[in-house]
Amino acid sequence: MPSAFISRKNVFGLRSMGQSKTKPSFFNEMIDGGTVRAPYRGLEGWSRDMPLDLRTLKQSEAEKLFRRIGITFAVYGEGGDPDRLIPFDMFPRVFSGAEWRKLDMGVKQRARALNAFLADVYGRGEMIRSGRIPARLVYQNEAFERAVVGIRPPRGVFSHIVGVDLVRTGPDEFFVLEDNCRTPSGVSYMLENREIMMRMFPQLFRENRIAPVEGYPAALRRTLDSVAPRKCEGAPCSVILTPGHFNSAYYEHSFLADMMGIELVEAADLFVEGDFCWMRTTEGPRRVDVIYRRIDDAYLDPLCFRPDSMLGVPGLMNVYRSGGVALASAPGAGVADDKAIYTFVPEMIRFYLGEEPILNNVPTWQCAKSDDCAYVLDNLSELVVKEVHGSGGYGMLVGPRSTKDQIALFADKIRENPGNYIAQPTLALSTCPTFVEEGIAPRHVDLRPYCLVGESIELVPGGLTRVALTEGSLVVNSSQGGGVKDTWVLAE
Amino acid sequence: MLSRTASNLFWIGRNIERAETVARLLEVGSRNALIPNIGGGYRNEWDAVLQATGKVEDFNAKYDEAVQRNIESFLFFDQDNPSSVTSCVEAARESGRIVRTALTGQVWDALNSGYQEINELRRTERSKLSISDLVDWTTRHASLVRGAIEDTQLRNDGYDFLYLGFALERGDATARMLDVKYYVLLPEVGYVGSGIDNYQWTTILRALSSNRSFNWAYGGGVSPAKIADFLILNRKSPRSLITAAEDAMHHLDRLARAYGRTTEAQTRIRGIVGELCETTVDDIFDEGLHEFLTRVINEVALLSGIIHEVYLSGETR
Amino acid sequence: MRLRVDHETTYRFDPPMRGVVQSHRLTPSVFEGQQVIDWQIDVGDAVRGAGFRDGAGDWVETISVLGPVENLTVRVTGEVETVDLGGMLKGHRERIRPAAYLRPTPATKADRTLQDLAHDTKAATGGNDPLALAHALSHAVGAAITYTPGQTEHDTTAAEALALGHGVCADHAHTLIAVALCLDIPARYVTGYLFASEEDGGHEASHAWAELYLPDLGWVGFDISNGICPDARYIRIGSGADAREASPIRGVTQGMGAEHLSARVSVNQVAQ
Repeated sequence: MPSAFISRKNVFGLRSMGQSKTKPSFFNEMIDGGTVRAPYRGLEGWSRDMPLDLRTLKQSEAEKLFRRIGITFAVYGEGGDPDRLIPFDMFPRVFSGAEWRKLDMGVKQRARALNAFLADVYGRGEMIRSGRIPARLVYQNEAFERAVVGIRPPRGVFSHIVGVDLVRTGPDEFFVLEDNCRTPSGVSYMLENREIMMRMFPQLFRENRIAPVEGYPAALRRTLDSVAPRKCEGAPCSVILTPGHFNSAYYEHSFLADMMGIELVEAADLFVEGDFCWMRTTEGPRRVDVIYRRIDDAYLDPLCFRPDSMLGVPGLMNVYRSGGVALASAPGAGVADDKAIYTFVPEMIRFYLGEEPILNNVPTWQCAKSDDCAYVLDNLSELVVKEVHGSGGYGMLVGPRSTKDQIALFADKIRENPGNYIAQPTLALSTCPTFVEEGIAPRHVDLRPYCLVGESIELVPGGLTRVALTEGSLVVNSSQGGGVKDTWVLAE
Repeated sequence: MLSRTASNLFWIGRNIERAETVARLLEVGSRNALIPNIGGGYRNEWDAVLQATGKVEDFNAKYDEAVQRNIESFLFFDQDNPSSVTSCVEAARESGRIVRTALTGQVWDALNSGYQEINELRRTERSKLSISDLVDWTTRHASLVRGAIEDTQLRNDGYDFLYLGFALERGDATARMLDVKYYVLLPEVGYVGSGIDNYQWTTILRALSSNRSFNWAYGGGVSPAKIADFLILNRKSPRSLITAAEDAMHHLDRLARAYGRTTEAQTRIRGIVGELCETTVDDIFDEGLHEFLTRVINEVALLSGIIHEVYLSGETR
Repeated sequence: MRLRVDHETTYRFDPPMRGVVQSHRLTPSVFEGQQVIDWQIDVGDAVRGAGFRDGAGDWVETISVLGPVENLTVRVTGEVETVDLGGMLKGHRERIRPAAYLRPTPATKADRTLQDLAHDTKAATGGNDPLALAHALSHAVGAAITYTPGQTEHDTTAAEALALGHGVCADHAHTLIAVALCLDIPARYVTGYLFASEEDGGHEASHAWAELYLPDLGWVGFDISNGICPDARYIRIGSGADAREASPIRGVTQGMGAEHLSARVSVNQVAQ
């Protein structure tokens, strides 16, 4: 069925690296056709006139600030410095107000559809009954939790913080790479990157009208409080549940708790008694109404999930299921952000919202389908292949950047377990100017905005821009040598 | 406040104080070691330092001889020894990281930069570091943390738990430090009151940064009775047992008021303070200095256990 | 048939535990095959709460005990009126779709031998009548695993039981589930009680069997250990993907103590 693939590839006017044999061209977000694009004009002089020594000074100042506030990032299984900093690039990434308006609408639309989907698959299953998505993909999905079936969480929200990973390939071409419905991380970088930029370059913020992101913690707090269970009496008590200070994202957990003014708890701080969940305080038990949990489903409750786990709060799921506490996000929310489900998000938007998708998916081949699989195996050198359940840039193959041996090895893995893989064209990710040793050079970037879903749906104007610091690299994950940038949305 | 948060704050206090104590013990050892070994019979001074830390077995399991270099490694650098300065500074910083939200930026800064600095020290060639460098660094770090707490922390229950940690550890440390002296001297009763004896007593005062204040308080002339009085019963001495006990009582009373609830911890500390108030130096020497100090050390451990039970364990209803 | 259940589970902890939390699935299912006349759950001083009916239609409740806990006794007593529906679960309200029971767990994951057993049995029956196939699978599993107490553990998997050739009701159920899943037949583990008269002899009153989802019939129970579909002698309590998930009592203890468990259960027919 190769013809179908070709048309699919072109349907969005996608610039795919694999399509031409000549050197691929990338959309440069600052300079298009030799001129500086409007959103970046405020940065032109700043970057041109910055002497190298000032730049070095500022860069080390930024690093000191990051280290002082302790915003470090631990990489699993790599040894070395346990408190590694994610490299921060001072060159901001900028969106015009108009560009952002579209992203804002598109991301919110997606967050609504994903929540409608979750309410449906844990409810009546209408989309499955209608034949728009195969039952097998949903019910046999590892992220599907039988224990959640029939639960109607407050305000019908299952995923309260939706992180949508976006890439850009042209002036008006944005694509959703993946959704994160469980507990997307990185929002502390969005806030701290801004804080540090404002400290180091206050004049930039005077000269440009940059929409603030500092409202995020308050919005998150509002969102959490708004989903308190009906049984909650008085002002809701919301907490963040962290796996603990050894977790790589611990800084973020603690930062958010601090900014929101709520307790940061570990599982051992919580216990279940009667109809409710309580935390252990110096004055005795205090009832907890909403838990923003930053731990995986499997470790929430050993009575419901992994019995071998010493982690978790025994009995928590029963309290949740009987409406004594709210969990953000709901266990089982991961079924919506699974890479195999991803393909169906545009259909969800049409089915539940009766709207056309504002943001497009990247065309995706499911290796579980034999036709798709054959195509993928034939074209590995041009595709990006990912594990269906993988994350963090692990277990993936970037065809154009791999050797023949690597490709052959990966092909074997796909043949062994095709259902575990999906493939996408190697996108021509846009670039943003980035400070490098030789000066300023384009580097590939992506974007993760954080959408909050509670009583209302909110998106702060900004997000986390990740940048692949290695020349030519398309992998922006921090675990693979990516860095971060401050992301500006200009006020209109 | 979360019990775990309170517990971490309490242990920040204890660990910072303990780091300082251990560093001061190192100083006692190094000064005592300067005295010629004329007595022949008495114990190795470094041995006595080890005794005071209660870690003789751990030391013997890892090191051959109780010589300065090994003791310095064990008490300052050794991460396997939970009471080494390095371990304490790291543990305090780790506790700080866990309860980051309960600390001000300055307090966290102090804890965190101390941790960065001690890692620098650990990378420095040992021959370039004298014991007094290590001791100075540690006392400076402790002062910085304490100062940041005093200057910036909210006066809430968290503040009380921090200070409870300091007070309990200090009481325990002073008792142990005095006990070092006991170990150095008692086996050879004949040396009591001799020149070496006075020199060693003075060393203890010096190690507690109390040498000059002692002279101000007692007008010179070192005697065991004066020193015992100064380090146990004198409210003017910042490191006396009674000062530590009254500090602890103050913060426990604040907690009882804030929570509207009195616990066994308050009852217990009242007992300790009451007894110290009524004790004289003669009573102490009648009981036996070592016996008295052992009892105090046990009392402190008991109180610490009660505080854990009623506030820090989270089992309270 | 009117059945009277008396089921007492006692935990002894030595040294005592700091706390115990349990999730209970101890109340009879609501369907046309049985009607609860009276049902009591006594947990002594433990705090009960967080009760709800889950997506599979089971009533679930939580108990917690603050330590030190030396002993904990859970006593279930009651009377149920049952009728024989030939194993069918008629009139049972549940929200989980049968398709959600197609994913194996570690206990029901099929190895090569199980897959062969499943496909060979299907081939032998022609595979057109789902009910006939289900019975054939039951017989095949029953023939392959002889009912023998004491040979398997609570965590023995279907594959292990089949290799061993011996097992108890839990192993029969796991194995039937495993082969059913190989053939894309939704299957699950069911716990309950069984009234065994003197002449039936032998079987424990606490019992487990498997349910398979068959087109037109819905969920149908298969008790391989007794070679029948559940009838009026059975009381159905709850279900899950495997024994662990369906377990009537799941508990977590805090503490270093050793747990000693003893259970006493009787099911008798009530004369009317």
